Amino acid sequence: MDPITTLRSRTAVLPVSDIDTDQIIPARFLTTTTRSGLGAHLFADWRYGSDGAPQADFVLNRPEAKGCSILVAGNNFGCGSSREHAPWALTDYGFRAVVSTQIADIFRSNSLKNGLLPVIVDQGTHGWLMEHPGAEVTIDLESTSLTLPTGQAVRFPLEPFARYCLMNGLDELGFLLARDGEVRAYEQQRAF
Amino acid sequence: MSRDTLFEKVWRRHEVVAETPDAPAVLYIDLHLIHEVTSPQAFTVLRERGLKVRRPDLTFATMDHSTPTRTEQVFGGAPIAIEAAARQVRELEVNCDAFGVELLGLRHARRGIVHIIGPELGLTQPGKTVVCGDSHTSTHGALGALAFGIGTTEVGHVLATQCLLQRKPRTLAINVSGELAAGVTAKDLILAIIGRIGVAGGTGHVIEYRGETIRALDMDERMTVCNMSIEAGARAGMIAPDETTYAYLASRPRAPQGAAWEQALEEWRQLPTDAGARFDREVDINASQLEPMVTYGTNPGMVMPISGTIPQRPGDAMFAKSLAYMGFEPGRRVAEQPVDVVFVGSCTNGRLSDLRDAASVLRGRKVAAGVQMLVVPGSQQVKREAEAEGLHRIFLEAGAQWRESGCSMCLGMNGDLVPRGHYAVSTSNRNFEGRQGVGARTLLASPLTAAASAVRGRVTDPRELM
Repeated sequence: MDPITTLRSRTAVLPVSDIDTDQIIPARFLTTTTRSGLGAHLFADWRYGSDGAPQADFVLNRPEAKGCSILVAGNNFGCGSSREHAPWALTDYGFRAVVSTQIADIFRSNSLKNGLLPVIVDQGTHGWLMEHPGAEVTIDLESTSLTLPTGQAVRFPLEPFARYCLMNGLDELGFLLARDGEVRAYEQQRAF
Repeated sequence: MSRDTLFEKVWRRHEVVAETPDAPAVLYIDLHLIHEVTSPQAFTVLRERGLKVRRPDLTFATMDHSTPTRTEQVFGGAPIAIEAAARQVRELEVNCDAFGVELLGLRHARRGIVHIIGPELGLTQPGKTVVCGDSHTSTHGALGALAFGIGTTEVGHVLATQCLLQRKPRTLAINVSGELAAGVTAKDLILAIIGRIGVAGGTGHVIEYRGETIRALDMDERMTVCNMSIEAGARAGMIAPDETTYAYLASRPRAPQGAAWEQALEEWRQLPTDAGARFDREVDINASQLEPMVTYGTNPGMVMPISGTIPQRPGDAMFAKSLAYMGFEPGRRVAEQPVDVVFVGSCTNGRLSDLRDAASVLRGRKVAAGVQMLVVPGSQQVKREAEAEGLHRIFLEAGAQWRESGCSMCLGMNGDLVPRGHYAVSTSNRNFEGRQGVGARTLLASPLTAAASAVRGRVTDPRELM
């Protein structure tokens, strides 16, 4: 994974609350056995009509959303199924961060393992972002802050170990494999 | 004297390395369940890195999500209709063979939905840590296990190291008192709980369901309750083990036997939350006034008593959007809504007692004209047990379809779909937009309510037919 320190982008705003992972990537696309190519099906049932044609009024189909790598969504993003296909679809499409007031546990954990930043902000900041689609925003991991174009910066919570991995481009598997001695000792003490 | 919660005890016994401010805990996993949909990319990582499955003896595979439920496709030599699903099934077979993981494959007599067969085989036990690449892993908490869903990257972590990096969640006690009225089931109880705390109410928490109402539930009912913990945002839901749990587990094929059983029992009896233990949050629920519940919107928190009317939420655009998808308006009843499809099954309500409930309503009655009803047992074992009692004859004589086990119409990955715009009363767990098919409109309810609605062809309070 590439190290991430700072992300600067315009925002795409999807003003829907409780967006579940079935909306992010519908189940019929989960028969894949690879991680790639899911961006084509991101939000498939909102992006495309029943005839397969793009829905002109859906945010990602509008010209101004092109190139945005920060998605601002309504309250409580990523609930439901544990499918990691959801962050795979978002990153394959080009998103690098999701901003909401609350992000579901499993989705957040999956996102951090795929270089997708789950950014939780207060209602006030969130409200401002919702009202200003396309705003140029900076997300900085060194200071764990999100800066609005007004210059106002807000901190967001980020688990220190996940932050370390993101900033150094490390994955957790290497860390776990290096704990092998401790795992062996634990297994012996458990006697199984 | 220690004053620990059930969760705290299970967590602490599995800390290989305790968490620090800088790093999460290294948590040991006792049982890793895998299936065809969320494991292929994890095996790819093992191959890329030249790693083995560290504990194949603690890893157990089955196929359920994308598998067919039509008998001719499972046993008759007819091909799996969806080519990608067939490929996924084959890939699981290849991976399990290459990495030495036990697999209950498509035609195995004990195959079924992963969350049904874990407990059914006795693999799930009190005090264990159980994970699976599926959010409804919370089901296994009904036996006093700490069980939660993980993503595919974490599936790879557990395959390679038998461990996960985890921050310790907070605890939420849901204390339930009062007796459930006739016709009101565990499904109605958990829907009412989700309605009360909301779809994000349990985020960051492990729930422990407590109180006299929970103690009085049988194991099938407890699993229904824990199953939908994730629908309240909680990764895990737990119920302390007791005599009901031990009676359920005794004689299960993978449960400890003989002296090992006695020793396990001694350990399990230490697990329940100590008197005076503190939870981070507590919620009290009185179950005695509950009615059968039904959802009216596009998340499980949008739920009401079946006699109720859809609330008014002026100015709430999300609420309006959800109702527009469902074709409903505020202030109207959902009871009497004509129904096109009825689905009885899933890891929420695909166990024997659920099928008995549905059969008790359907006995001597017919599914209404124009309604398609699917009854999909949660496992091949449930199917055999149901057939031994003659339940399948009740379903077939009523005009319902009797299928082989699997996730089926809960998420429609195998092609068991609700058509666009159609209304489905479903015993599954998610009424999200498009969950059961593009444009499908899902009403979540109990097996009793589902069967009553099938008979009348309209959303029906099962107490009218009991």
